Amino acid sequence: MFPRLFRVARRVRETPDTCTLTLTPEGPGDFSFKPGQFNMITAFGVGEVPISISGDPAQPLPLRHTIRGVGAVTQALCRLKPAEVVGLRGPFGTGWPLAEAAGNDIFIIAGGLGLAPLRPAMYQVLENRAAYGAVEVIYGARTPGDMLYLKELQQWRGRFDLRVHVTVDAAGPDWRGNVGVVTNIIPRARFDPYHTTALICGPGVMMRFVVQDLLKRGVREENIFISLERTMKCGVGFCGHCQLGPVFICRDGPVFSYARIREWFERRGI
Amino acid sequence: MEALEQLLAEHPFLQGLPSRHLSRLVDFAEAKQFDAQQFLFREGEAAREFFLIRSGQVAMEIYTARRGAITIQTRQAGDVLGWMGLKPPYQWNVDARAMTVVRVITLKVEGLWRLCEEDHELGYDLLKRHIGCMAQYFKSMKLQLVSLVHGV
Repeated sequence: MFPRLFRVARRVRETPDTCTLTLTPEGPGDFSFKPGQFNMITAFGVGEVPISISGDPAQPLPLRHTIRGVGAVTQALCRLKPAEVVGLRGPFGTGWPLAEAAGNDIFIIAGGLGLAPLRPAMYQVLENRAAYGAVEVIYGARTPGDMLYLKELQQWRGRFDLRVHVTVDAAGPDWRGNVGVVTNIIPRARFDPYHTTALICGPGVMMRFVVQDLLKRGVREENIFISLERTMKCGVGFCGHCQLGPVFICRDGPVFSYARIREWFERRGI
Repeated sequence: MEALEQLLAEHPFLQGLPSRHLSRLVDFAEAKQFDAQQFLFREGEAAREFFLIRSGQVAMEIYTARRGAITIQTRQAGDVLGWMGLKPPYQWNVDARAMTVVRVITLKVEGLWRLCEEDHELGYDLLKRHIGCMAQYFKSMKLQLVSLVHGV
């Protein structure tokens, strides 16, 4: 599993601490991925980190990765300039179960950076829109300035075949949207609980609260999917850094049905 | 009056309330409309009404001299507004500003209290509904606090 070299074609600053890198491979070779998968990206001389793929799986190259600069490696990645080179291994992990969800309503709930691994799922759902029932999206960010992919959110909100709700935790008087947490919006979402596939990614506490509310609304455990984060190192279930109960997040996840990981999800001591 | 009783019956907060109770609430209820940017109530004012939002969006704001008004939460159609004003000292501790045209049903707090004292069955039913709202409110506040304070 040696890294392939990719060159930075573009860097877009999404928020003050988050950027999206557009990466093109050095030399020939294809690349394909499923929505929800991640790559291990190396900032040379600093380290390697797992980063979700946030581009369109129908147009996998150039690759897109949205990165929040919070540690040494991610900050180094966010400082990269066009033409600089990174190492990349992947794609790894399981994806969102979009083929299995065909015929169901799709309920996408994202918090903060959690929209990045869900964006490929959105692209795929919209490319096969007729295959699904109602599509509801809830996106929560800390403040209006922390929201990712503003232009795309606006485009999605402009469509007649899906409903997009946006909320923030805090805002000034200029903000004309919702203020509050994503769970406040769930009662207003229109979906048939028994025929709904929910895709959730965000902070752990948020996902826990969302799962509780979806279960209360009658969505089945096996139809609730969450994307988990844990310190991933090898990406192939070898080193054990990302073990959660009996599963390895890098190999068996990062996307899991709630039914599968209920016993270990956000539990103290695990 | 019948139309008002119908509006009360349609609001999620009062869904399923027996009609004999709804008809008693009508005496203290009034349908009102607020223009965008108009205040439903302001911090420090006496809390004389309790609001059932029928349509539109309301910002709950706290004013700070340094940063101006900060929106701490928004409320929409189907939500209730003002249960904090149902306890002494019956005074609002936030501002409620209409972000859009807002239609509400107001219930007079004084009349509501009197009615609940007279009719404990109705009082207990309303209390249970309020507790449900408060539980939901505190649950979402916990999540909001964790997100804002700890960034997770």
